[in-house]
Amino acid sequence: MDKVLGKRSALAGPYVIWAVGFTVIPLVVIIKYAVFDRSGAFTLANILSIFAPVHLKALIFSLEIALGCTLVCILLAYPLVLAISRLKFARSGMMLVILILPMWMNFILKLLAWQMILSSNGVLNLIIRSLGFAEFDISNTPLSIMIGVIYEYFPYMVLPIYDAVTAIDEDVIEAARDLGAKKATVFWRIVFPLSLPGLMSGITMVFVPSMTSFVTADILGGGKLQLVGNIIEQEFIHSMNWNLGAGLSVALMIFVLISMTFTINKDEREEEEAW
Amino acid sequence: MKQRKMTALILVAVLVISLTGCAKEDSANTLTVFNYGEYLDPDMIKLFTKETGIKIKYEEAATPEEMYTKFKSGAIGYDLLCTSDYMLKRLINENELREIDYSLFQYKDNIGKKYWDFSKAFDPENKYTLPYFWGTVGILYDTTKVAGKIDSWDVLFNGEYSGQIVMQNSVRDAFMITEKYLGYSLNTTDRDEIQKAYETLLKQKPDVQAYLVDEARDEVVAGNATMAVVYSGEAYLGHKYNSDLEYVVPKEGSNVWLDSWCITKNCQNTEAACKFLDFLCRDDVALKNFEYIFYSTPNETVKENLPEEDRNDKSMFPDDSATENCEVCTLTDPETNELLNKLWKDLKAN
Repeated sequence: MDKVLGKRSALAGPYVIWAVGFTVIPLVVIIKYAVFDRSGAFTLANILSIFAPVHLKALIFSLEIALGCTLVCILLAYPLVLAISRLKFARSGMMLVILILPMWMNFILKLLAWQMILSSNGVLNLIIRSLGFAEFDISNTPLSIMIGVIYEYFPYMVLPIYDAVTAIDEDVIEAARDLGAKKATVFWRIVFPLSLPGLMSGITMVFVPSMTSFVTADILGGGKLQLVGNIIEQEFIHSMNWNLGAGLSVALMIFVLISMTFTINKDEREEEEAW
Repeated sequence: MKQRKMTALILVAVLVISLTGCAKEDSANTLTVFNYGEYLDPDMIKLFTKETGIKIKYEEAATPEEMYTKFKSGAIGYDLLCTSDYMLKRLINENELREIDYSLFQYKDNIGKKYWDFSKAFDPENKYTLPYFWGTVGILYDTTKVAGKIDSWDVLFNGEYSGQIVMQNSVRDAFMITEKYLGYSLNTTDRDEIQKAYETLLKQKPDVQAYLVDEARDEVVAGNATMAVVYSGEAYLGHKYNSDLEYVVPKEGSNVWLDSWCITKNCQNTEAACKFLDFLCRDDVALKNFEYIFYSTPNETVKENLPEEDRNDKSMFPDDSATENCEVCTLTDPETNELLNKLWKDLKAN
């Protein structure tokens, strides 16, 4: 048994090389930069500088954007999943294709398209004006950043929830109905708890990247609003202060890891409860 | 146990690959060229390879800072760089450049004397750099949306055009024009003057529609913004797309910049590098590049080969009077740079 297992895990070899070369080694390099200053002396100042007012402000703004986007994604995704999971396979497949379609397009192109739509002389205002309403300008605001982020990450919320919901055994639901459970009870006691693992992975896949999508902030925020990702980018590219940039990345990573352990623990607990 | 050895082996293998991966490859017949985006007609690269058999590996960056960061990290051995005045000065100071052997050149004299003098601001003996394109920083504005002609930076700061202004998303350009507006030198290292400029920019921020780089021109062309701070070359194209647009170098003066080519210390094949630079100076190549980029060229043969109307375009071939109050940026003081970067971050955070 052991031998078979050993051989099998050798199959992971190609990926291990990939992971070591492009995840582990870069991570080590980043941590190395983070804990030294420019002169090469050990310091925690780079990591702790996340608490400097300017950085903290960007972090809080990133959190607000990320929370908002995650919430909107959940509110849009969950009902959608409930609807399409009931559809016959062919139709639900169609819906999923439509959902995934934008993911095949380049991310920057999508952002530039949104910029065209949202700008003051853009498509949106053109329509609004032609309908005789007063135009409104949401370009270069947090709202327009959120629209870009939601558009980008929405499928990452839908797919895991869809997976979890379609994996629920019909028999379990029928058993509950046989025992006299009403629709709402079935949903809150059966469907929702069983879909939680999907919801949780959806949250991690949307929340974390939306905190750092600095390109979105640059293009749709007009360079006036900064996510923590913009600051890290500036430190690396413009200020040439790799140590500070790496320190902020590490601080962000610590932050994300803490919130992940929270969701993962919750995940497991909920699963136990459900059964 | 075996598993662990395996992992260790893979780790070592990857390390070795990643360390030796940077080693120089066939440098005899290849040049690695680093340039700004859309700053060389790609057909010219093909033509050069066809004529000489020398292959070009071509890389692009958006800003001098990005270029410097990539160059300094040493991951790629660049042979030739094209970058801007103050960055050239910094590279010369850091002893990163090789003297260019002009005795190998045939077309060097196509570059006007004026521009060699201009280069002396950062390369005092004209030893390290070859002028490529130059221009000014000014305001591109929509004449149908402003009253009369604009001639001062004041329009960006007096609040009259609140929400209709696009600024350059670059520390340097933002500070340089503000310093000129306040009557300082754009190379100032005076803390109080820099602080004043910061406060002026901070006060201006609510009036700014967006800080953009490449899209700045397009926003004015599309009518989303009334005016934008742009480089002179953008102005020419802006005017082509929308004839209501005008470009002005404000009377307080501005930044006049020069982008030049240089050969790095890494370069193994300086003869090939010189061949490439000489090729860029050649009449037909310079003309093709000019027609691709539309920035002001120091190559005097280009103007002679242009149609009459383009020859008189003031944004491309400004009079000497237009650049009278302008300065070349030669600021390389690291402390000032750090201060500017910090203030820029503060500005964006506010």
